Amino acid sequence: MIRGTIIVATDICKACELCITACPQDCLEMSPNLNVKSYHYVQLKNDTCTGCVNCAIVCPDSAITVYRQVKTTPKGATV
Amino acid sequence: MEPVANIDGMELVYKKPHTLTDTPMHYCPGCSHGVVHKILMEVIDELGIQEETIGVAPVGCSVFAYEYMNIDMQEAAHGRASAVATGIKRVLPNKYVFSYQGDGDLAAIGTGETVHTVNRGENILMLFINNGIYGMTGGQMAPTSLIGMKTTTTPFGREASTMGNPLKITELLAQLPGAYFVTRHSVHNTAAVRKLKKAIAASFKYQKLNKGTCFIEVVSNCPSNWKMTPVESNEWLEKNMFPFYPLGDIKVPKS
Ligand SMILES: Cc1ncc(C[n+]2csc(CCOP(=O)(O)OP(=O)(O)O)c2C)c(N)n1
Ligand code: SF4
Ligand code: SF4
Ligand code: SF4
Ligand SMILES: [Mg+2]
Repeated sequence: MIRGTIIVATDICKACELCITACPQDCLEMSPNLNVKSYHYVQLKNDTCTGCVNCAIVCPDSAITVYRQVKTTPKGATV
Repeated sequence: MEPVANIDGMELVYKKPHTLTDTPMHYCPGCSHGVVHKILMEVIDELGIQEETIGVAPVGCSVFAYEYMNIDMQEAAHGRASAVATGIKRVLPNKYVFSYQGDGDLAAIGTGETVHTVNRGENILMLFINNGIYGMTGGQMAPTSLIGMKTTTTPFGREASTMGNPLKITELLAQLPGAYFVTRHSVHNTAAVRKLKKAIAASFKYQKLNKGTCFIEVVSNCPSNWKMTPVESNEWLEKNMFPFYPLGDIKVPKS
């Protein structure tokens, strides 16, 4: 399984939860904490993220940045 | 702010387009406007046309679009965006020009400008954000509101005999000889956003051919005035808006 992760710009997240619906790995949840605008913000709840970018594409506030493990062949060459 | 290139051996694969400013958006949580802005700026980034693109913002919730799109922009009076875009394109024919309008703006007060811009076949891209309501002013009925839809001016639901039928302005415009490419999209899920992105990119390419108007409708939500959560609003849109406003190409260029 390819490993990925996301960074959420927590202060501009508006808790719309569209990213949660879009995530095929069910790895997002709302934080119990509030940001400066009193919205709950999204966070990763486990390490199943594959870096598929679905959440980032549907986010209306462009609050998500995505990272993904570089695929390597057995010989170590990148593809 | 530029994100770091690597985290823990993982490389950056998605960041917001640099042509979108860092200004936090004023839109309600989950509003389609934000997604359309982002994907439009992504196309402009990828085509490398930031310096050559001029946008025209409407009156409606997206009245501040110019705060978020880091390109040359002009604000137009309510309904007049396509007329203003016409003027800009005629004076600066080598620029990529687009208008961005809601349904109240494009299909109500601006119907005259809309029809004649497309009828003249102006070489611009018209983006039409159809959320079936006047979002900015508090959720009044728009020409595009569905039959039965409850709005602040149709508290018992829209009814055809006194309020008319919902206007499929996109199909109407496709009949005009000036329309070169007419298509209907949405941004309710990842696949839909990707399709919209392709249509926007194609429209900018077509604009260089000087063959007529490209018109893209985006069937959109308005969670606040529909009085739903963003997730519910996207479900409602699939169930109720798509049967009446089916997605897909309506007029494609003859190859
Ligand atoms: C000449 C004029 N008439 C009326 C208004 C009030 N007004 C502002 S926005 C709007 C409608 C906005 O609806 P829409 O274009 O669908 O945009 P949305 O907010 O839904 O994105 C109206 C009627 C105005 N600003 N100017
Ligand atoms: S990148 Fe994909 S797997 Fe990771 S959180 Fe976003 S949607 Fe889920
Ligand atoms: S889609 Fe964006 S704004 Fe909405 S909850 Fe997710 S990160 Fe926050
Ligand atoms: S009122 Fe509706 S269209 Fe306007 S920003 Fe809010 S959700 Fe979007
Ligand atoms: Mg509207």
